Amino acid sequence: MTAAGRGPRGARGTARPATTQQRSKDVTVTRQGPLPASPYDVTVVGAGVVGSAIARGLARHPRLRVALVEAQDDVGQGSSKANTAILHTGFDATPGFLEARLVREGARLLAEYAAATGIPVEPVGALLVAWDEEQLAALPRLVDKAGRNHHPDTRPIGPEELYAREPHLGPGALGALHVPGESIICPWTTTLAYATQAVRNGVDLHLNTPVRAVGRDDGTHVLDTGRGILRTRWLVNAAGLHADTLDRALGHDDFTVTPRRGQLLVFDKFARDLVRHILLPVPTALGKGVLITPTVYGNVLLGPTAEDLHDKRATGSTAEGLEGLRDKGRRILPALLDEEVTAVYAGLRAATEHEDYRITAHPQQAYVTVGGIRSTGLTASLAVAAHVRDLLADAGLDLGPAGELEPVRMPNLGEAFPRAYQRPELIAADPEYGTLVCHCERVSRGEIRDALTGTIPPAGLDGLRRRTRARAGRCQGFHCGAALRELFEEAGG
Amino acid sequence: MSRVRQVDVLIVGAGPAGLAAAARLAAARVPRVEVLDREQQAGGVPRHCAHGGFGTWPHLLTGPAHARLLVTAAESAGAVVRPGVTALDWAGPLSLHTVGPRGPETVEARAVVLATGARERPRSARLVPGTRPAGVLTTGELQQAVHLYGQRIGERAVVVGAEDVSYAAAATVRAAGAEVVAMLTGLPRARTRPARAADARLRQGIPLLTGTTVAELLGHGRLSGVRVRHGDGREAVLSCDTVVFTGDFVPDHELARRGGLTLDTGTRGPAVDGSLHTSRPGVFAAGGVLHPGESAATAAHEGAHVAGAVLEALAGAAAPDGVPLSVTPPLRWIVPNRVTPADRGLPYLLRTTAHLTRPLLQVTQDGRTLHRRRLARAVPYRTLGLTARWTRLVDPGGGPVRVTLGDR
Repeated sequence: MTAAGRGPRGARGTARPATTQQRSKDVTVTRQGPLPASPYDVTVVGAGVVGSAIARGLARHPRLRVALVEAQDDVGQGSSKANTAILHTGFDATPGFLEARLVREGARLLAEYAAATGIPVEPVGALLVAWDEEQLAALPRLVDKAGRNHHPDTRPIGPEELYAREPHLGPGALGALHVPGESIICPWTTTLAYATQAVRNGVDLHLNTPVRAVGRDDGTHVLDTGRGILRTRWLVNAAGLHADTLDRALGHDDFTVTPRRGQLLVFDKFARDLVRHILLPVPTALGKGVLITPTVYGNVLLGPTAEDLHDKRATGSTAEGLEGLRDKGRRILPALLDEEVTAVYAGLRAATEHEDYRITAHPQQAYVTVGGIRSTGLTASLAVAAHVRDLLADAGLDLGPAGELEPVRMPNLGEAFPRAYQRPELIAADPEYGTLVCHCERVSRGEIRDALTGTIPPAGLDGLRRRTRARAGRCQGFHCGAALRELFEEAGG
Repeated sequence: MSRVRQVDVLIVGAGPAGLAAAARLAAARVPRVEVLDREQQAGGVPRHCAHGGFGTWPHLLTGPAHARLLVTAAESAGAVVRPGVTALDWAGPLSLHTVGPRGPETVEARAVVLATGARERPRSARLVPGTRPAGVLTTGELQQAVHLYGQRIGERAVVVGAEDVSYAAAATVRAAGAEVVAMLTGLPRARTRPARAADARLRQGIPLLTGTTVAELLGHGRLSGVRVRHGDGREAVLSCDTVVFTGDFVPDHELARRGGLTLDTGTRGPAVDGSLHTSRPGVFAAGGVLHPGESAATAAHEGAHVAGAVLEALAGAAAPDGVPLSVTPPLRWIVPNRVTPADRGLPYLLRTTAHLTRPLLQVTQDGRTLHRRRLARAVPYRTLGLTARWTRLVDPGGGPVRVTLGDR
C-alpha cells in the first residue's frame, strides 16, 4: 500500500493544488511549491490571530507587497485555535502595561469588527466567584483595578444576586464581582476573517512554510524556509510559541517562551442552560485558574489547566489534567458533570518570564518582534496590529498611502445569530443550505461547499471543522464523518 | 413564516423501528403516515452494516438489504418516507419544526413516534487522553467510510471493545484491507459468543488484550499509536494509525430532551410504558433511543408494536398513567421503564453488569412479589428478557415496581 492510501489525503494538506486562485485578481494562497523569487516589502511570520491581524493591517497600504508565512498547513493552528474564546475587557490587566492598553483598545476594535464581519460575539458578562473569605476580601481591590482600567461598571454582588444570576452554581459561594463587558467570541472565525481579508486585499499567504533560518543579504532578510528561500525587506516576528527562537536567530535574547498548557473540556449543548455568565475564579498568585464559560457555539467550556512545559508540541490532554478539571468543575457547577463531554482539547499559551507583552522594534534590522502575546492576544489582536504598523513606520518603513479594505462577511457559526439552516431565504435560493450533513451542529452542505471553495480553503477535516463546525458536535463523526470526508476529497480533486 | 402541514402520524427516524411502525400504521389504513430522516438515505444503521444477521430466520439478510426491505415495506404500505429532512425542535405538543432542501416546515401530527436511534460514545466523551490526531473513529463512522463511501482507512487498527459490535468493526477493518493489530477490553473476557471470540483470536490472529484500557492516544497529524495499560499497571504502546472506539452506545435523545419528556435514568432514553407511550400524551418512542445498542430486530419489533398504541391514540384512547419500573444493581436498566396493568405482549429487556449463575429475577411492588423466575445465567453483554405476563398484578396506585437480580 502506498502512502497515498493512508487515510484522509487532506490530513496532511497534500491534496490541494499549489495555488488557489479565487475571487478577485491577485489572491495568492499557497501550500506547496516554490516561493516567489522577488523580495517582499514586509513578511509576517506566523498566521495566528496576531500575525493575521498584522498582515490585515498592512494590507491597508496597497503599495506594500506583504507576505504572511505559516509553518503549519492552515491559519490559526497554534494557540489561536485552542483557547478559552473570551473577548476580554481587560478589567484586571496591570495598569500601565502595554498589554493593558492594547487589550482595552483591541476589545473595542474587535467588537466593532466582529459586528461588521459576522464574527459571533455574545456579551454575556463575567462573574468572579469568591468561594472563601480571602477571595471575597480580594474583590474590592479588583474593583479598584477595574476602575483604573476604565471599567467603572464592575461591581461586587452578594450571594443572593449571584445565585439569582446563576441558579445552578454549586453551594457555598460568598459573593462575586460582576464584570458586565466580558464577552464570548469565535476565535476560529476571527483568525480566518483577518487572514481572508488580508489575502483578498493583496497579501500573499504561504502555508506549510516553516522558517528554519534567517540571514541578511544586501539589506534584505533571507528566510530559509521549508519551501525554499523567501526574501523580504522588513520582517515581523509573530511566531507565537516559536517567537523566541526566531528572535534569537536575529541575535536577540529578550525573552524565552515557556509553553503553558491549558487543557479544556467542552460539554454538550444540553449544558448551555446551566450557565449564563463567564464564571471566573478570583485570581491568585497561581494564575487565573479554572473557569466555566458558555461558548458562542452553544456548548460549555471547563478549563484551562496551567502546566508549564518545555515541549512546544505537547498539545495532548492527560488523565490527571482532565480529572483535576472535573473536580474543580464539580464544585463550581455540579450539574455540568452529568452532561456528556463533546470534545477535549489542549492549547499552549506563549508564556514568557515577563509579565507584559514583548513587542520590540529593531529599526537597524528592519525587524519587529511581537512576543509573549498570551491569552489576551485574541482580544488585543487588532490593537497589536495597529501598534506594529506604527512601530514599522517609526522605524523607517514607508507605508505609502492607506486605503480602505474591501470588507469581508464571514459565515456565522454562533448560536445567538441565524445559522444557514435557519434562513429560509437562503435555502430558497440554494437548497444546499437546507441539506444538513453534520446533524449535531446542523451544518449544511452549502456551508461546507462554501468553506471548501473559500479564499483560504481548509487543508483537512479539522480546518473544515473550524470553518463550519462540521464534525464538532456530540457524535464526533459517527453520523457525518465519512460523508464529510467524501465532500472534502471531492473538492480536493 | 414556514409552511404548516398536517399529517396523522409523524415518525422521526427511518431506521428499523420507525419504518416498521410506518409500515404497520399505513397497512392499518392510517391515511397520512410520514417518516422523516435527517440522513440522505432511509434505513438507519443497517445501511452500513454490511454483515449478515439481519431480517428473520430463514430470511436472513445483510444490513443494507434489510434496510432496503424496510423502506420498501413502509412505502408500499402507503407511508411517505422523507430522507434528508431534519426534525429540529418541537413547535407544539404534537408538532415539529423541520428543515430540508425545500426549506423550513412545521409538521403537525395527531401522534408522534420518536425513533431517533443511538450512537456510540466517541473518544472525547470517554475522556481518553492524548493528542487529537486523525484516524480516531467509532464503528459507525468506520462502517460508513468503508461500506457506504468505499474510503480507505489506515493500515493498522486497534479496536477498543470486545463485544459484538467490536467484532463487526474488526471485520470492517479487514474488509478495508487493513490489519487489526489488537482488540482490547477493560473486562476480563470478550463479551460475545465464545465461538466468535475464538475465531477472531485463533483463526484471524487478532490478539485480545483483556483487563486493558487505552491510556493515551499518540501522534501529531495522524495517529501513531495507542498507549495501553493493563489492570496491573503494565503499559505498552501499540503502533497503529487507526483506532476504533466501539460500543458504549448512548441514545440520540435530543428531541426527547428538548421536548421535556421524562427520561429514564438507566438508559437515558425517554421513559416508556409497555405500549411505548412516553410521558407526553400522543408521543411514543421505539427502537435504539430506548435501549442504545440493542439489535435492529428488537427495534423493528418495537416499531410494529408501537403501531398498536398509536392506533388506539388516534381512535381517542387516553394514555394510561402507569408506575415507574426500576432496577437495582447489578441490573443497569430495564425497558420499558414504566408499567401499567394493561401492558401485554412486549417483553421487558434488561441489562446487567455482572456474571451470575442461576440468579433469581424478581419483580416486586411495595413488598409484594409479582413475578419470580430462576435464570440459567446472566451475562453482561446479553440482554435478558422478562415476560410481561405479571403486569396485570400491578397496583396502578401503588409504589414503584422494582426488578432485582440476585442469588435468592
